[in-house]
Amino acid sequence: MSDILIETIGLKKYFKTGSGMLHAVDDVNIKIAKGETLGVVGESGCGKTTLGRTVLRLNEATDGKVLFEGKDILQFMNKEMKKIRRDMQIIFQDPYSSLNPRMTVRDLIAEPIIVNKICSNKSEIEDKVFDIMKTVGLSYRTVNMYPHEMDGGRRQRIGIGRALALNPKFIVCDEPVSALDVSIQAQILNLLMDLSDEHGYSYMFITHNLSVAKHISDQILVMYMGNCVELASSDELFEEQYHPYTKALLNSIPKPTLESRKTPLHILRGEVSSPIDPKPGCRFALRCPYVRTDCMGEDIPFIEVKPKHFVACRLAEEGKSLS
Amino acid sequence: MTDNVIKENELLKIKNLSVEYRTDETVYHAVNNMSLEIGQGETLGLVGETGAGKTTLALSIMGLLPKDIGLVTEGEIVFNQRDICKLPEPELQKLRGSKISMIFQDPMTSLNPLMTVEKQIMEVLQVHNYHSNEDASNRVDEILQLVGIQPSRKVEYPHQFSGGMKQRVVIAMALACEPTLLIADEPTTALDVTIQAQILAMMNDLKQKLQTSMIMITHDLGIVAMICDKVAIVYSGEIIEKGTVEDIYSGSNHHPYTVGLFGSIPDLTKKTKRLSPIAGLMPDSADLPKGCKFHDRCPQAMEICRKQEPDIYIYGTHSIKCHLYAEGSENIETNY
Repeated sequence: MSDILIETIGLKKYFKTGSGMLHAVDDVNIKIAKGETLGVVGESGCGKTTLGRTVLRLNEATDGKVLFEGKDILQFMNKEMKKIRRDMQIIFQDPYSSLNPRMTVRDLIAEPIIVNKICSNKSEIEDKVFDIMKTVGLSYRTVNMYPHEMDGGRRQRIGIGRALALNPKFIVCDEPVSALDVSIQAQILNLLMDLSDEHGYSYMFITHNLSVAKHISDQILVMYMGNCVELASSDELFEEQYHPYTKALLNSIPKPTLESRKTPLHILRGEVSSPIDPKPGCRFALRCPYVRTDCMGEDIPFIEVKPKHFVACRLAEEGKSLS
Repeated sequence: MTDNVIKENELLKIKNLSVEYRTDETVYHAVNNMSLEIGQGETLGLVGETGAGKTTLALSIMGLLPKDIGLVTEGEIVFNQRDICKLPEPELQKLRGSKISMIFQDPMTSLNPLMTVEKQIMEVLQVHNYHSNEDASNRVDEILQLVGIQPSRKVEYPHQFSGGMKQRVVIAMALACEPTLLIADEPTTALDVTIQAQILAMMNDLKQKLQTSMIMITHDLGIVAMICDKVAIVYSGEIIEKGTVEDIYSGSNHHPYTVGLFGSIPDLTKKTKRLSPIAGLMPDSADLPKGCKFHDRCPQAMEICRKQEPDIYIYGTHSIKCHLYAEGSENIETNY
């Protein structure tokens, strides 16, 4: 954990809406080391994607800092920002809508190379495109194809190729496999892991699928309505949960085994409430089976219950684990 | 197995069904020679990837294949001892929504945004058996309660409900006439896991309470393990493995595709460095390969797989369509 590549300090992103401030990301503190993967999990609307975009400055943060190799990029001017963008890339969720349908595979992959003036002449660009296609497992005969001629898995490979074209250090993967079938999903996950092993990329891997998060991440951050509720190493989080939401999330996954037929799923009541001007206190309190009076009124601190295991819950403050 | 004997509690029997989609240029073979049976109160999981033919099968049971494009070219769908494919449209309409009903994948788009929830459920009831407004209105309250929605919310419009609640409304509509067969096409794919768990638990409850038979279309093997009694794995429009949940989730004899499907899911309980997915892609349904349709992706492919379509080898309740199991099976169903 010594080599911190990217760090956020008190990062906040609020959106102004007609009915008040929407707290999409509220006070997030994370650290990602070089070559490490942070999984960000949570239900839709919990602020995962906004977090990813805010870290890359695709959304301007409301408050807080984003340190990339020690420098606060939120203070950067356009010119510096453009330079640092080469090191920070994103892979989008939907391989169908994130590629320009009127560009061929060659154009799509060459675009970031040309924009950033990486190569000086056409043959160099061609070589580089060929290289990237090989890295992401696209055969060269598809170079003149358009996205609509390819299936979802191949399209997602183009998306990955575009992100890799500039040889970045940090990649935000925003649900890169959720639009894909399981067998294709596994191919893409393997590819991402191999790339990280070979080139030392750091990922922020945003997903709603806990088993995918466990598979690919070193650390996992669980978010609920813009707040961090639990952060721990992937192995530890699945072994011992302190936050009731993490536990509920884990227990609501149907497991593909015969034993799961006998054990009924743990059902969490209710649904996510509105993130617009939330009252101070635990945002999960309304659905929490362990709710107490001191959960409301003031915000719950995100404390370190064990080395590198952070939780925001009254129970955890008393050192109670739920496993 | 002799074909003419109908088992006592058999509700639906599909025999050698083939469905094609025809366009001006191409013929797509969406369903090829599928056979399956569902008994009263049984739940069948239909598992497979996008484009395997799961939804086409469901649409042919419902008689909802697109006119002039989707055609049942062979086989029969026997529901309550009548072949659905041969029924005239008015007869089919009587079945649809009352005896057989379907839950579609996306609750956001399967409700009419301009009608209150009450009206939408009433519509189903009035087309079928409930003629007086009062009766129908009472039934709406009853059915909403059953799916866990306050009857007082029935005057609201779909946009006032969250995704999970909308899916409950869709389920309420499907169950309104107490169907004997419910087809659920990926009913929870659009929902979050905690909401998915609520909906699945509710469906499990209702299934037992109402003794409805169900076809659960999904690609999630976890959901199948949780609520299905029988499983059929679909690949390229064929059922390549079929059996009870125990047959599919345990034992060592499986179709290589089934093995690949299980290998593709990251396991929550074990630490694996790499997943073992199936290489390649499903063949194009307009241009199906000769022999076994899985052969070019199969790690255990043999010479015979490229030439000859495998028979279905049957071991008790478990059947596998693969040359690997040619020896030792109790029964063989040959293709013709």
